[in-house]
Amino acid sequence: MTDEEEKTEILMDHYRSPHNYGRIEGPTAQLLEYNPVCGDAVQMFVKLKGNIVEDVKFIGRGCSISQGSASMVTDLAKGKSVDEIMGITPQFLLDLIGLPLGPSREKCALLPLNTLQKCLSKLNRENVNR
Amino acid sequence: MNMQKDLVWMPSWEQIKEDFPIFRNLGSGYTYLDSAATSQKPLSVINAISDFYLYHNSNVHRGIYRLSEEATEMYDRSRENVSRFIGSSDPRQIVFVRNATEALNLLSYTLGRELVRGDEILITIMEHHSNIVPWQFLQDRGIKLVYADIKPDGTLDLDDLQSKISPRTRIVSVTHVSNVLGTVNPVSEIGKIAHDNGSKFIVDGAQSVPHMPVDVEALGCDFMAFSGHKMLGPTGIGVLYGRKELLESMHPFMGGGEMISEVYMDHSTWADVPEKFEAGTPDIAGAIGLSAAVDYLRSIGMDNVMKHGRDLIRLTLEIEEEENIPGLVSYGPRDTEIRGPVYSFSIGDIPPFAINQALTDDGIGVGASIHPHDVASSLDASGIAVRSGHHCAMPLTHRLNTVATTRASYYIYNTEEDVRKLFSSLKRTAEVYSR
Repeated sequence: MTDEEEKTEILMDHYRSPHNYGRIEGPTAQLLEYNPVCGDAVQMFVKLKGNIVEDVKFIGRGCSISQGSASMVTDLAKGKSVDEIMGITPQFLLDLIGLPLGPSREKCALLPLNTLQKCLSKLNRENVNR
Repeated sequence: MNMQKDLVWMPSWEQIKEDFPIFRNLGSGYTYLDSAATSQKPLSVINAISDFYLYHNSNVHRGIYRLSEEATEMYDRSRENVSRFIGSSDPRQIVFVRNATEALNLLSYTLGRELVRGDEILITIMEHHSNIVPWQFLQDRGIKLVYADIKPDGTLDLDDLQSKISPRTRIVSVTHVSNVLGTVNPVSEIGKIAHDNGSKFIVDGAQSVPHMPVDVEALGCDFMAFSGHKMLGPTGIGVLYGRKELLESMHPFMGGGEMISEVYMDHSTWADVPEKFEAGTPDIAGAIGLSAAVDYLRSIGMDNVMKHGRDLIRLTLEIEEEENIPGLVSYGPRDTEIRGPVYSFSIGDIPPFAINQALTDDGIGVGASIHPHDVASSLDASGIAVRSGHHCAMPLTHRLNTVATTRASYYIYNTEEDVRKLFSSLKRTAEVYSR
């Protein structure tokens, strides 16, 4: 198996049997985002304990890249602090996926990370305002 | 006398492919199935454009010198050629624009000026965004946009169209061939309904002029819009056909050079049609390239072009039934007599997000489908170019209860081999995703 085949298999596993799929009842924050070009959708639910992501789940609809990436992002985020998650760069996630995607499909791959970060930054703003 | 000449001449489609240098350059394995988005270009078109820049380049209309007269003559001859190609009896009825989109925006702007609050524009749910959005611009002046629906078989619901035409319907604007369903609409009939009602009738010919014989005067349309790049010509050149007396009565679209007769400090007078609608230096090389594309299509014969498209779509529908790929649903009429060479399909349901959420709440996993983006990426890996998404027809995509489809579209350089390759790759994709 080549490296690319292996990376494809990992992503496809996440797509076929996504980790952390579903809703969180009474989440600290939630956010639904669309990719208007293709209609891909990801909704993130976050439960915080202090500044730590105790639990994160998603539901979504879309291609293997957007949904597989959502599964990977939730794995990545669990147990991390809000600051750590805000510090995850797009390139870090693309490297983790590790496939040559091209500009239009990179948008699919980054939708879940963008959604999670937006969701958390919204929360931060609300906390500051309070 | 050679009796063979009297038989129907059929071109060799394999040989036609050789007229398109890109296929040689990309390698023989490449299968281009996105001609509804843009077509490839034969060498004769590429040469006509480079010939203009190498030997004749200068601006049109203004120069007294020989070179400018040469360019002007080439530009005018291109107009005459395009005019003949679509059955227009007067080349002054051909306005060169950038593309079908610009032609429709021109109509929305100029015809829109004459409309008043409460007037209606009747279009169909199967329109490309270019025949929707320009009309939406008029809504803030109280002009109403009305949509005729489709039937379950993907054909236009003529009864619905008839019921939605009203005394306030000033414009009926309909696509000749749907870029998603491939449906060939009965435009002559619709034109009659429009004209009996005193409405102006516009046809979006972007997907018809490249693929079938089109005679604007026989069709009885007032206007037709189409793009050069979908019919073997270059990008950046398109055509608005308009009946001369209508074009003459209309206000200009863009102002500037070329479109005026005289300019004073406080007012101007307009040039005659079609120059009245061609402000600024036109796409001279583009018009010449389009004319070369018309020559190429004429040499094959539009009846042959249409027949080839039908043969490919018929084969597509046959193989679709034979292969019976689980979950594959295709859209558009099964009757190839009213079907352009466009094949849109889904594999499994791609439900709108709200339905998806409801399913999740019921504990039903949603993942049995293959998203069109995945289909397109997977086919790309086998050297097959298809398009995925809403194909610039979001209202239609939603009407089909989906968010995106995959589309294969054919042209003269495609062969039966391409269709077979599409399905063998689709079968492999379906297998990979069902594991």
